[in-house]
Amino acid sequence: MADQQSDKHTDDRIDLSVDLGYGKVLPNPLMTASGCAANGAELHRFFDVSQLGAFVTKSVMADPRSGRGTPRMAETPSGMLNSIGLQGPGIAAFVDTDLPWLASVGARVLPSIAGSSSTEFAHVAATLRASRAFAAVVGVEVNISCPNVANRGLVFACDPGASAKVIALVREQLPRDVPIFAKLSPDVTDITSIAAACVKAGADGLTMINTLLGMVIDTDLMRPHLGGITGGLSGPAIRPVAVRAIWQVRQAMAEGRIPVVPIIGVGGVRTGRDALELVAAGASAVQVGTATFNDPTAPVRVLHELTDLLVEKGYQRFSDVVGAAHGSPLPPRPVPVDERSRA
Amino acid sequence: MSSPPARARVAKEVAEVIATRRVGAYQHLTLVSPEIAELARPGQFVALAVGDESSATLLRRSFSIHKVSPSGTYGGTVEIVVSAVGPGTRWIVARAPHDLVDVVGPLGKAFPVPTEPVPCVLVGGGYGSAPLFWLASQLRERGCHVEMVLGAASEDRLFGVVEARRSCDGVTVTTDDGSAGHRGWVSDVLPDLIDRTGAGVVYGCGPMGMLRSITDIAGRHGAVAQVAVEEAMACGVGVCMTCVMPVVGADGQTRMVRSCVEGPVFRGDRVRWDAFDGNHARVPDDAVGAPRTGGH
Repeated sequence: MADQQSDKHTDDRIDLSVDLGYGKVLPNPLMTASGCAANGAELHRFFDVSQLGAFVTKSVMADPRSGRGTPRMAETPSGMLNSIGLQGPGIAAFVDTDLPWLASVGARVLPSIAGSSSTEFAHVAATLRASRAFAAVVGVEVNISCPNVANRGLVFACDPGASAKVIALVREQLPRDVPIFAKLSPDVTDITSIAAACVKAGADGLTMINTLLGMVIDTDLMRPHLGGITGGLSGPAIRPVAVRAIWQVRQAMAEGRIPVVPIIGVGGVRTGRDALELVAAGASAVQVGTATFNDPTAPVRVLHELTDLLVEKGYQRFSDVVGAAHGSPLPPRPVPVDERSRA
Repeated sequence: MSSPPARARVAKEVAEVIATRRVGAYQHLTLVSPEIAELARPGQFVALAVGDESSATLLRRSFSIHKVSPSGTYGGTVEIVVSAVGPGTRWIVARAPHDLVDVVGPLGKAFPVPTEPVPCVLVGGGYGSAPLFWLASQLRERGCHVEMVLGAASEDRLFGVVEARRSCDGVTVTTDDGSAGHRGWVSDVLPDLIDRTGAGVVYGCGPMGMLRSITDIAGRHGAVAQVAVEEAMACGVGVCMTCVMPVVGADGQTRMVRSCVEGPVFRGDRVRWDAFDGNHARVPDDAVGAPRTGGH
């Protein structure tokens, strides 16, 4: 099962490598999406998780969390709503069990961390740094789409100030050569302002997008379907929202409004073509989330489909196609005066 | 450090439907799925994708395995029983012979079987009986006396009465409307049956309310209940965290555990039935990591 394709995470036809910064180079741009792959052991039955560019774990908080009651899920057209409530073992169990296991199978790990307060985020980051398997960590994803208890449960990612505070505190806790990625919510008026606040506070990259807030009503019971009332919408239905968000932030980088940092694209990717859409909009890496529920091999399948598609299109380096839909590479070249007047 | 548990082998196969037939209110499908047929044990389930790889219905539908034939004429086959209750299951029951379906399995934990030949009672509600005939054969091979109770709302919602007579030492049928067997519920006949046979284990598969009732009765009559639950699942393979339910672990602590990997079979007395309201489970206040005041 696992070893049949173990040589396929790199490809001699094309350079798939991705530079996350600080010398953290991934062999390819495919990742799991946080919360859609547990912590690796379940999917390792279907494919070798070390084939992925990185494995993104389920968001972990300071203490064990039961999550919410059920129902936690509602199927929607080309997607689903979930209301899990950040169920997890807590950071102590994570660094004791899950991270060493991922390290033991050779996975490059992008742990996702969460908190109900900025100090909880910092504590989780510090515990992670002090753990014995930390060498497997290629970066840390900061899930700022959690309710901030200090602000009546408003999610951090909806407030540039709260987002910046979390990012700055997490940045302080981690070694300089470990990049941190702020995972942004699309449920904001202007995603570029949140992105800018996060990068200014020390984020080395951005992950876009988290789920969209949605709701389903059970018309037999005439009550909200989910135990948590509202839930996060994911799946192919939200892909155009992800493409839009990545595009806008990449555009803001091109215009100099946000420093240029890598974007990890996530949202509705089911095929290699879908992944290419996010990449062309500006993503330097791509996560596969809800599609994994439909096809447990989806993350590696998308990698192979994307590779074949790029080779077919004649690309020799994956990095050449990042942001290609914008028409000009980043950072923007100085444009000669006569060209400018022609435009 | 404790390592994550080693996980049993699982396969993903594109399976050809080689037979499909109506059985009462249900559809009985036979799929050519040699790897799964080879690996599966009674109580485990399979997860079927709905539609093709561009289907807008993303979530798999899970079905307990009715039967496997590892070396059939067409190669190993896996049989399932489907009740069409929504668009996903309607698509599955509409599959014709030679159609292909994407199947993942075997998933979940099997029914534990006793090491000694103790008498057993197997209780199936509606098509929940599907995995019990296969289990009955295995128990009888081990020398267990096996009785089965099949219950349903009406005769057309019973599954496997004839097969039960073939695979068990005794069969009792109940229907809510009296259209077949005793009028009433399985819980009406179960106490006497446990006492008469001296059953040490009661196996159950069916709706949550019935499983709770089986657990209560088994406990009062000195038997252990092993129940296979039916929870709504999105993935079936342990990654989505939607199919959780509150279960007491070996350490006495209640946790929200995934019924797809830690179940679907649980010891009945480990399930926190007090937290269920219909099919909805709340998090008990004493569960590990339960929400504190203010909630999550």
